[in-house]
Amino acid sequence: MFKLSAYKRQAPRPWSACLIFLAAVALSLGVSALMLKLQGKPALEGLQLLFQGALGSRWSIEDCLIKAIPIFLCSLGVAIAFRLQIWNIGAEGQFALGAIGATWAALTFPDQPGYILLPLMAFMAFMGGGLWGLIPALLKLRMRANEIIVTLMLNYIAILLLDYLVYGRWKDPSSFGFPMTRTFSANAIVPKIGTTELNWGIVLCLVSGLVMWVFFRFTRMGFELKVSGENLNATRYAGLPYEKLVCFVMLFSGALAGWAGFIEASATINRLQPSIMVGYGYTAIVVAWLARLNPLTIGIASFLLAALRVGVENLQLEMQVPAAFGGIMEGLILLTVLAGSYFNEFGFRFRRPS
Amino acid sequence: MNTELIIPLLAAAIQSGTPILYATLGEILTEKSGVLNLGVEGMMITGALAAFVTAQATGQPMLAFLAAGLIGAAIGAIHAIVCLWFLGNQVVSGLALTIFGIGLANYLGTPLIGQTAPGFDKLALPLIHRLPVLGPVLFQQDVLVYVAILLVPSLWFFLDKCRWGLNLRAVGEHPEAAAAAGISVLRYRWIGILGGGCLAGFGGAYLSLAYTHLWTNGLSAGRGWIAVALVIFAFWRPERALLGAYLFGGVMAFQLRLQAVGTHLPSSLLLMLPYLLTVAVLVFSSWKSRQADAPAALGVNMEPND
Repeated sequence: MFKLSAYKRQAPRPWSACLIFLAAVALSLGVSALMLKLQGKPALEGLQLLFQGALGSRWSIEDCLIKAIPIFLCSLGVAIAFRLQIWNIGAEGQFALGAIGATWAALTFPDQPGYILLPLMAFMAFMGGGLWGLIPALLKLRMRANEIIVTLMLNYIAILLLDYLVYGRWKDPSSFGFPMTRTFSANAIVPKIGTTELNWGIVLCLVSGLVMWVFFRFTRMGFELKVSGENLNATRYAGLPYEKLVCFVMLFSGALAGWAGFIEASATINRLQPSIMVGYGYTAIVVAWLARLNPLTIGIASFLLAALRVGVENLQLEMQVPAAFGGIMEGLILLTVLAGSYFNEFGFRFRRPS
Repeated sequence: MNTELIIPLLAAAIQSGTPILYATLGEILTEKSGVLNLGVEGMMITGALAAFVTAQATGQPMLAFLAAGLIGAAIGAIHAIVCLWFLGNQVVSGLALTIFGIGLANYLGTPLIGQTAPGFDKLALPLIHRLPVLGPVLFQQDVLVYVAILLVPSLWFFLDKCRWGLNLRAVGEHPEAAAAAGISVLRYRWIGILGGGCLAGFGGAYLSLAYTHLWTNGLSAGRGWIAVALVIFAFWRPERALLGAYLFGGVMAFQLRLQAVGTHLPSSLLLMLPYLLTVAVLVFSSWKSRQADAPAALGVNMEPND
């Protein structure tokens, strides 16, 4: 008798990753159709609304791009950390600290001209997110504290810090008690491109993505990072500066998420308020894992998951489907891609049992 | 502070510590089998919802409690399938499970916000509930508190004294050696994951049936993550999990009291306390612990050999 057995492939086939992703999307669409049925909503019509809402008009595609900006920046950061096997789950908190840093600059120097104020806001966001990311790195290196839990707890703390500021110190006196800061002065708002709704944050994305590609491809440190992530023992034998790499990675990982917070506060909502926290930091983890390290695939995946969010908003509007629908799909896509990667790494053959 | 203030506070500490205790014990079981499951938060919140819905439908809290365990285990089974069968990365799978679980609970729970369900009432244990201090703190609680406390020695007995428990630990320490000794690695890891999921579901049920009888989205509020941290604090030992869970319960109860009394401290800063404490406790116990405390094969999948 012959028996089916798995063997490890020498090299993964490039097209199968694509196939797995498509299968994952198909499966999660199927399950979400079931979810809609469960709530007594017409499933097919729901999926149609999802697609129409996301990609049906120029306006909606612009909206997808706007939402893809913070997701892209956060995932880029998360991906750098993942590359070194540092599990930065803290993009959400680093995003919050970036928004807080940028808001501080915007509220303190509202009258400075844009060419001074915007770089200052970007710098404060960079420091806010970056230093927030550095905390778990230092605790990991000095005290061996697990970075997954520390970054996660720092998310909760950062969101509460943001609440504290907008409910108290920074609350706009004329907001009728709503927790929000004053609207930023025009100088503190990242302008829109031409006649579109799209802001210049997308250029920041392109530049960051390009810098990251160059960094990993052509620099010594990028190479060290790649090696260390793949084999920690090799790092030790080769005498690579692991501690320095961890700090570097977490500083920039946090800073990129911080920039996402800056763009979101400045360009999208023009102020700081609790509703700025919509879980981009968690979506970023899904994107980073789906797309691994390649900035181009991160871009594509960011756009797709942003489209999912926009589509779900439409579904929410038209069918009163709770926004959490998007979370179910994100989780499902990631789970199926994870399971599906097995077929990328392993092949099957029939063998005679020995 | 006098005893009239302290006793209700301690009793409240036990109540807020109990869901964390269930989840921590569950994660200890899972991690002892060598599997890291970061989906505790997701299993907990779906368990809470399952319990709430069942209690509303049947009016029977005990049935609802069991339903929560079942759903927790079912969500855990996804992790088992992804990691044990398809060798997915355990960290990412756990995170995905949490994202999925929170999404599912919020999606199905949104229509229920503000509704109530029949839950557990207090059950004073005969005689010993009259003990001074200990009586009102420990023995005038609901039945789920007693179950949680009984689970601590049970889990200890299972892991330390039982043949199956020893096998499970062997699988977590050195799966290749265990397999060579004829122990089915996958079977014990399945047991670890399902058992852990079931206990996380129980913890969720405590939140929706005993802690509050009211459904709100985001009921678990990071307790699942605190449980994951407490496993490290507990050095993977059930008896230390008890200590840790009640310590956290104490801090949560304390900050709620402070908010109720009305201090000039803003509530958002008070709400930070449990999370700050988690970081502090984690840092302290990681610094103190030896590498040997963690199961040696934690988080490592076993690849099929050709």
